[in-house]
Amino acid sequence: MKTVTTLIFLLFVSASASAAEPEGVPPPPEAYCKWEMTNYSIPSPLCGLKGDAVRGEKLVSDAAKGNCLACHELPIKGVEAYGTIAPPLSGIANRLSEAQLRLRVVDSRHLNPNSIMPGFYRDPSLINRPGKGYEGRTFLAAQDVEDVIAYLGTLK
Amino acid sequence: MKYHLALSLLVMAGVAWADAPKPAKSGYEFVKEETRAMQDDEFQNPGFIAVEQGRELFASKPASGKSCGSCHGDDGKKLEVKSLARYPIYDKALGGIVRLDDRINICREKQSGEKPFPAYSKELLALETFVRHLAVGEPVNVQTDGEMAGLLKKGEDLYKVRFGLIDMSCAHCHDSYPGQFIRGQKISQGQGNGFPAYRLDTGEMANVDLRIKQCLTLMRAEPFAPDAEESKLLGAYIMSRSNGLKIETPAVRY
Repeated sequence: MKTVTTLIFLLFVSASASAAEPEGVPPPPEAYCKWEMTNYSIPSPLCGLKGDAVRGEKLVSDAAKGNCLACHELPIKGVEAYGTIAPPLSGIANRLSEAQLRLRVVDSRHLNPNSIMPGFYRDPSLINRPGKGYEGRTFLAAQDVEDVIAYLGTLK
Repeated sequence: MKYHLALSLLVMAGVAWADAPKPAKSGYEFVKEETRAMQDDEFQNPGFIAVEQGRELFASKPASGKSCGSCHGDDGKKLEVKSLARYPIYDKALGGIVRLDDRINICREKQSGEKPFPAYSKELLALETFVRHLAVGEPVNVQTDGEMAGLLKKGEDLYKVRFGLIDMSCAHCHDSYPGQFIRGQKISQGQGNGFPAYRLDTGEMANVDLRIKQCLTLMRAEPFAPDAEESKLLGAYIMSRSNGLKIETPAVRY
C-alpha cells in the first residue's frame, strides 16, 4: 500500500514538474541511447523508436525544437525567411539514405569535425558548459530525432 | 577541466579555423536599412535615452560631493577620446584587463565613495554608453602588444571553443558565415565598435559583455560571470578585432 502511495506521489510530482517547464526548454533528460555508426551512417533507429513524418515536419520549423530552417531551406509553405548557412534540403531523400540522414542529424561532426551543425543527439557528456537545466540533455529527444528523419525521408 | 578538454580536443583534431574576417566591417553594414536609419537619427535611436541618463548620472553628486564631472569636467569634457578608444585596457596597477564599465565602477568606489553599480544595471550601462559616446567617430584602438598580446591570444582561443547544447563557438558564426542569414537575420562579424548598443531583440541596451552573455544563453550554454576572467578575455579580444572601426555608440543592432 505504502509503495502504491509513493508511486502515485511520484507520478504527481513528475507531472507537475513537467507542467511548470518554461517554454523552449527540451523535455527532461532521458536515458541516452547508445547508437552505432557503420560506414558513416546509423542504420538502426535511436532506442528502436519509429518516426512520425507529420510530427517531424512540425519539429523542423519549431524555433524551440529542431529549428532546421534557421539554417536550411525546406519546402514548407508559409515560412517568412529561411537561413542560408546550410544546404537546402529539398529532395534530400534522393541524395541520402535514412541511415545517412540519421548520422547527420544525430551528430554531423563524425563527418566534419568543424561542422557548425549542432548534434541533435550528441552524447551529453561531450557538451562543454551546458546551460542550467540543460545538463545531461540532448538537443532533441530520441523520438524527435526519429520524427525529423521520417519527415526528411519524405523529401523526394 | 571541461574547458581544457575542449581546447585540447581542438588542438588534437588539428582543426583549420577561419581567421577573423578581413576587412573588419561594422555591424552597421549587416543590419537592415531601417535599423541603420534608426541609428542615424538621434531622435529615433533609443540608445540616446541611455546617453542622456548617463549624462545625468555623470553630473549627479553623491554624498561625498564628488561626481564624475568633478574630476572629468562637465559632460566629461576633460576625458580624452583617444584614451576612451583604448578600452578594454591592461591596467598595470591592477594586473589585468579593465573594461570601461569596470573603470566607471572603480572610480565610483575610489573617488565618489559610492557602491559600485551591479553589472548590466541600467545605471552602469547608461554611464558606459554616455562615456563611450564621447568618443563617437574615433577608431577603436585596443592595445595589441605588450601584456595585451598574450591576453588577446587567450581571448581568441575562447572565441574558438564550442559552448552549450547548440555547441558552437563564436568563430563558427562570426568568422565562417558573416553575411549569411539565420532565418531573417544577417550574421555580422561580431564587432564591438557599436557597443554599448540598443538591441531590437531585447529592447534594451547591451554592452559587449552582456551581448556575449546573451549569445551564450542562446547557445544554451552557461554564461560566464560578469567579472570572470573569461568574460574579460573574450570582451577584449572581440573589441580588438574592431581596431580601426569607428566607434558608433550608441549603435542600433538586432
